[in-house]
Formats: sequence, structure tokens, C-alpha cells
Amino acid sequence: MDVIVDLILKSAPFLMKGAAFTIGLSAGSMILGLSLGFLIAFMHLSPTRLIRWPAMFFISFIRGTPLIVQLFLIYYGLPEFGIRLDPIPAALLGLSLNVGGYTGEILRGAIQSVDKSHWEAAYSIGMTPAQAMRRSILPQAIRVALPALGNTFLSLIKDTAIAATIQVPELFRQAQLISARTYEVFAMYLSAAAIYWILCIILSRLQSKMEQRSNRHLRAN
Amino acid sequence: MDSNNKETMIAVKGLKKSFDNNHVLSDIDLNVHKGEVLAIIGPSGSGKTTLLRCLNFLEAPNDGNIRIANTTVDASQDLKKQKKAIRALRKSAGFVFQNFNLFPHRTVLENITEGPVIVKGEEPASAEKKARKLLKKVGLANKEDAYPSALSGGQQQRVAIARALAMEPDVILFDEPTSALDPELVGEVLGVMKELASEERTMVIVTHEMAFARDVADRVIFMADGQIVEEASADELFSAPKRERTKKFLKKILEKQ
Repeated sequence: MDVIVDLILKSAPFLMKGAAFTIGLSAGSMILGLSLGFLIAFMHLSPTRLIRWPAMFFISFIRGTPLIVQLFLIYYGLPEFGIRLDPIPAALLGLSLNVGGYTGEILRGAIQSVDKSHWEAAYSIGMTPAQAMRRSILPQAIRVALPALGNTFLSLIKDTAIAATIQVPELFRQAQLISARTYEVFAMYLSAAAIYWILCIILSRLQSKMEQRSNRHLRAN
Repeated sequence: MDSNNKETMIAVKGLKKSFDNNHVLSDIDLNVHKGEVLAIIGPSGSGKTTLLRCLNFLEAPNDGNIRIANTTVDASQDLKKQKKAIRALRKSAGFVFQNFNLFPHRTVLENITEGPVIVKGEEPASAEKKARKLLKKVGLANKEDAYPSALSGGQQQRVAIARALAMEPDVILFDEPTSALDPELVGEVLGVMKELASEERTMVIVTHEMAFARDVADRVIFMADGQIVEEASADELFSAPKRERTKKFLKKILEKQ
């Protein structure tokens, strides 16, 4: 028993370093991916085919191909065209594109779910379409989208493990390296699992808080 | 005084609207003078709501010319090129919806200040001051921090009226403002509208409330099949309708009541 505790204590700094990469990669792709998601959603809602089609093509590709293939395309494939990315930027790019595709579709659906009467209310006081979107439609759409966005971000935290396959020294990669050195396979992967789990619990809590906040107007007061 | 000498606040000429091949409005001409209260009545499907929604371009007319206060939009031309004029026209025409259409994620006060602050660029503080005055006027001074979901239908509609008034419009358009309300809540909304009418505001009201129309409107239009069938003073139209179609409609309504 002491041996295992000792091992975990000794390997903790490496796991924590890996967790830091995992958190950074998750947060970075969440922000970049969600921004891209808004862009994709607006493009998809455009009445102009030349704007709408690229968005639809992008969503279809992202949702129709495995994330690991997307990452390999970027990290191992792009160098053939002279584009050489380090592991971390490559992972950040791949994960952001992936999140962008999924959240784009979530946001589009949420925006379309807001009743036409809310556009009309905004137009009736003289708002421009952009003002109506920002002030009336988006706040309501985001409330609708929150549960699905939360799911996507939970998946993202766990999917960062796939970045291990392109040499990113994140949590799973650290667990692999330590267990290869020490042969304590179960203890190491269990430790990694626990850290992923804790990160996901924190994100879930955050999501519940945001949902409560966005639903406050529905509670009778 | 001859009504022609009064300033015309709404002037509609040759307004046409069809959905697919279905003519909902055929060649409507309409003038509303400053301070006049006009009621539009008629059976459902007669086009009265479509007419009202065309006045502020929530529905895009196929043809015709609409002027409200100082803004004219010509529906025979491309409406996409007249977006600015349409927005200006909407600012001068308050609209009260059948289903209130308040912003559900904003408080009562925020619903009212939204237009003045975001659209007109007023200072939030002065917009709030004005909004509180309007809330007092519609009898909801104590509800400024409530969300619409916590209000009754009658209260929501009174907030919606305050929201329209906050833009300081030249005319107010009411689209069956009491149709979605429980019967016991109709009175409070009609009460507010009656007070507005007594302030010489220009109002166009699409309504099924015949007693209210007779009581408050200066002039009543009876519509059927997308056309104005009869147009007269409220007293005249209700006590001595001239057209057969009008007589039939009023008889049916009065039998129900």
C-alpha cells in the first residue's frame, strides 16, 4: 500500500503538469470553438447560398469524421503541404474546429427555436436585425442551447485525451508515460480518470449555475 | 371642423397583399387623422390584422404606398432598399400585439427602456425615469422588477402598451389587444386604452370588442374579404349600417353577446 501511495505522490507533479495541459487545451478550444460555432451558426442561417453552403459542408465534415482522423490530418497530413504545426497548436486547432462544428449546429437550432414573435416585438420598436438578434433572440437562444453546449464541452474535456496521439503531453499522455516506466498501470490510469472526472464535475456545476441564472426570469417572483 | 383640414397621420394608398395566390388585401385606401381613434372590425379572415401588420411592415405588402407621420414607404419599390425608412416608420408607429410579445428575459422596466435606450440612444437613467412614469400610468408602478412570466395577461398587455408609449410614437396600432385575455382581465386593458384615446392620441384598433369600439372610436371600418366594406362614425356604423354585409355581421355578433 505504502508503495502505491509513494508512487502516486511521486507521479503527482507529472500528472498535474498533464492536467494543466488538459485544462488549457479544453479552455482554449472551448473559447475558440464556441466563437467559431457562432460564426458557423450565423453563416448557416444566411439566406445567401454562397455563405450557407460552406457552413453546411463544414458541419457535415466535422460531424461525419472521427476526431482522431481530423487531428491526424492536421498534425501528420498538413506538413505534406508545408504547414508544420507543433503538437499543442495542432491539437488546439483540431479540437476548436471540432467544437465549432458541433456548437455551430447547436446554436443554429437554438436560434431557430426562438419564436418569430420575438423578432416582431424587436422590429416593432424599430430595431435592426442585428439589434434584434443581439438583444432579443440570442439571450433566449443561449438559454435553450446551454444543456447541449454543456454536453459538448464535457465531451471536449475527455476528447483532449486523443491529443496524446499527436504527442501533446496532456494528462492521459503523462499517465501512459508513468505507467510504462513503473508498470503501475491500474493506479496511473485510475488517477488520470479521477482527474478527468473532477474536471467534468466542476464543469457540470458551472453549467447548472448558468442554467439557473438563465432561467431566473421563469421563476415566479 | 372639416376632417380634411386636420393633419393626416396615416395615409394608405392602393395597399395590396396576397399570400401565394390568395388575395388578403385588395387595394386598400385609408386615412387616419391626428388624434383620431379608428376601430377596424370584421369577421376573422377579413384581412384586418394583415392590414394592421402591413402598416408597420411586419407583413410586407405587395403594392401600395404607406405614410405614417413624416415617413413614406412605397411598397411598389424594392422594400430591401427602404429598410431605413421602414425602421423610421416603425419608430413612429407603436404596435401592441395580441399575445403581448414582451421580452421574456427582461424585467418589466427593461422591457420599456429597451427601445428608448437601444434604438433611440437615450440615456438609461432618463429612460428609466420615463418608464416609471409610464408604469404608473398603466397602473403597474409596483411591478418594475418583475419578469413577464410572473404577470397576468392583462398586466403583460399593459406593460406592452407602456413599451409602445415609451418610443413616443405618433400613432399606436393595436392588434386585437384583448383577444388573448381571460374575460375578467379585458376591462383593465380597455381602461388604459380608453385613457389614451382621451389624450387625443392617434390610434388604430383591430378589435372584437364592439361595445368598446362604439364607445371609444371616432370612426369604424368594417372589413370583409380583404376590402373595406363600410366606413362611418362609430354611432352610424353600429346603429344604422348601410351595407348588407355589415348588417349581417353585426347581427351575428350581437346575437352572440
